[in-house]
Amino acid sequence: MRSLILALSVLGLAACASSPTDEQSPAGVEERKPGQPGATAQPVKPGQVARVDLTAKPSATSPLKDPGSILSRRSIFYEFDKYDVKDEYRQLVEAHAKYLRENPGTKMLIQGNTDERGSREYNIGLGQRRSEGVKRMLLLLGAKEEQIESVSLGEEKPRAEGHDESAWSQNRRSDILYQGEY
Amino acid sequence: MRFFLALAAAFALAGAARAQLSIEITQPGVQRIPIAIVPMAGEGALAPAISSIVRADLERSGLFRTLEVPQLVPQPTEASSVNYAEWRARLADALVLGSVAGRPDGRFEVRFKLFDTVKGSDLSGVAFTLSRDQARATAHRVADYVYEKLTGERGVFSTRIAYVVKRGPRYELQIADADGAGEETALASFEPIISPSWSPDGRRLAYVSFENKKPVVYVHSLLDGKRQVAANFKGSNSAPAWAPDGSRLAVSLSRDGGTNIYLVNPDGSNLRRLTNTNGIDTEPAFSPDGQTIYFTSDRGGSPQIYRMAASGGEAQRVTFEGSYNVSPRISPDGRNLAFIRRNGARFQAAVLDLATRQVQILTDSDRDESPSFAPNGRMILLATVTGGRGVLSAVSPDGRVKQRLTLSAGDVREPAWGPFLK
Repeated sequence: MRSLILALSVLGLAACASSPTDEQSPAGVEERKPGQPGATAQPVKPGQVARVDLTAKPSATSPLKDPGSILSRRSIFYEFDKYDVKDEYRQLVEAHAKYLRENPGTKMLIQGNTDERGSREYNIGLGQRRSEGVKRMLLLLGAKEEQIESVSLGEEKPRAEGHDESAWSQNRRSDILYQGEY
Repeated sequence: MRFFLALAAAFALAGAARAQLSIEITQPGVQRIPIAIVPMAGEGALAPAISSIVRADLERSGLFRTLEVPQLVPQPTEASSVNYAEWRARLADALVLGSVAGRPDGRFEVRFKLFDTVKGSDLSGVAFTLSRDQARATAHRVADYVYEKLTGERGVFSTRIAYVVKRGPRYELQIADADGAGEETALASFEPIISPSWSPDGRRLAYVSFENKKPVVYVHSLLDGKRQVAANFKGSNSAPAWAPDGSRLAVSLSRDGGTNIYLVNPDGSNLRRLTNTNGIDTEPAFSPDGQTIYFTSDRGGSPQIYRMAASGGEAQRVTFEGSYNVSPRISPDGRNLAFIRRNGARFQAAVLDLATRQVQILTDSDRDESPSFAPNGRMILLATVTGGRGVLSAVSPDGRVKQRLTLSAGDVREPAWGPFLK
């Protein structure tokens, strides 16, 4: 039972990471009989196999990981009930937009987050508004739609566990993740 | 008589920590029917004792007051002749007598009868055949029978509830009896699980899981653990709500910008968009007749509850007072709307009478979430945070009966009361 669930989550993860497209990812529980769907297609010839590497992580020398690079800064924080990217984060967003422009094959996930107050589902909506605001800015700065997915974690993944403004201000944020980091 | 317990046992995860919910009645109802539940002859053969579960069920409803019964010799059974005057003298308006007997095949027979001591009449009874592990389920059936005979409404003691427990890094989606006993884990994950929603037949749960680093809506079959993706589009996928006929789900998706409400079949097919906002439309909930969808929207500048036809189209605002009214749920009779209202810094469960427009705040909590009606409409299950820890509580729609359900360890949230068993 437990192993089934684990296997399903791995399947789901693979489907998500390889095709964050506009279309529905397939149900993780479908069983396909071998040979059925591709019966009429030609078999792949040597040298034709496209490599999809979900294990690839940005290397240690990548500017994304270099603490001296602005690209290693990944979080944008918000005021209470606000969604606009404050001026102090403008440089950070511009740097990431430039990186996406220069690396058109690179993909990014932006996760919007909220503090713990209010409805969990409504907070999914608020976090989405935050991540979409960052995405819109990146697109205006030349990144491509297909490079970026903006999602929301609502109040579900707080960075600070406390129940006061000092914790809440840490939790109202958008996080930028690059492919291989999520 | 069909039982679902054997099936339920099949999806219990091995090694899952056992930590039973216990229910404490924090505020009983005002007018309660005094009833004597006499220990059943021979019930010691089964654990737990049938009569003790029946007593606890009826007490918990807030509609009954169970009376202490002295040791009676000889122990009466459903076949005994009843001295009504004697029971009236003990101030019992109703009386339950019964017996438990072993059968040659190793199973048991529970027989009971309900008596109206005021009218001096026999309100009839039922006999159940059961295996040893069905004592608790049988007791809930007995309580449902007594409840229905004396109140005229169906009891919910045999129904089940779903909720999420967070223990350290683990999230577990659990199913338990309505009294919190017999909990089983349907899904364990290291990522959050929110918004469980029962299919109308009680066999599946839709919910949101973050196992893919984003919210995705799954439909989970409780009998075999099979999971189907109902909505995994680009962006966020959340807030599943079943249509009353089980044919489709309302969900909220960000795939087309903003957060909008869509209909989708449980297998992920036949997506139809219902709302069109750049803001947030979420938390859809069908009316019991399936004709109307209530939802939360910030289109007026603050989150408020609106309603629209289940086919979409123009929406009417439903809540007006206050700057934050969210999480709408309609009572099974369609007359009341339970929701959460922000009141200063507090978030409290409230009920709106849809005919009179009267709003009543139901609790004095700081942080109520996720209201969910019992299928007979008599109680509303809630998540409440007290002392930084999530507990479940239940309150009657008139605010008179209150219960707290406490889990011995962990943080409990996201309750959903399941449907009547068929």
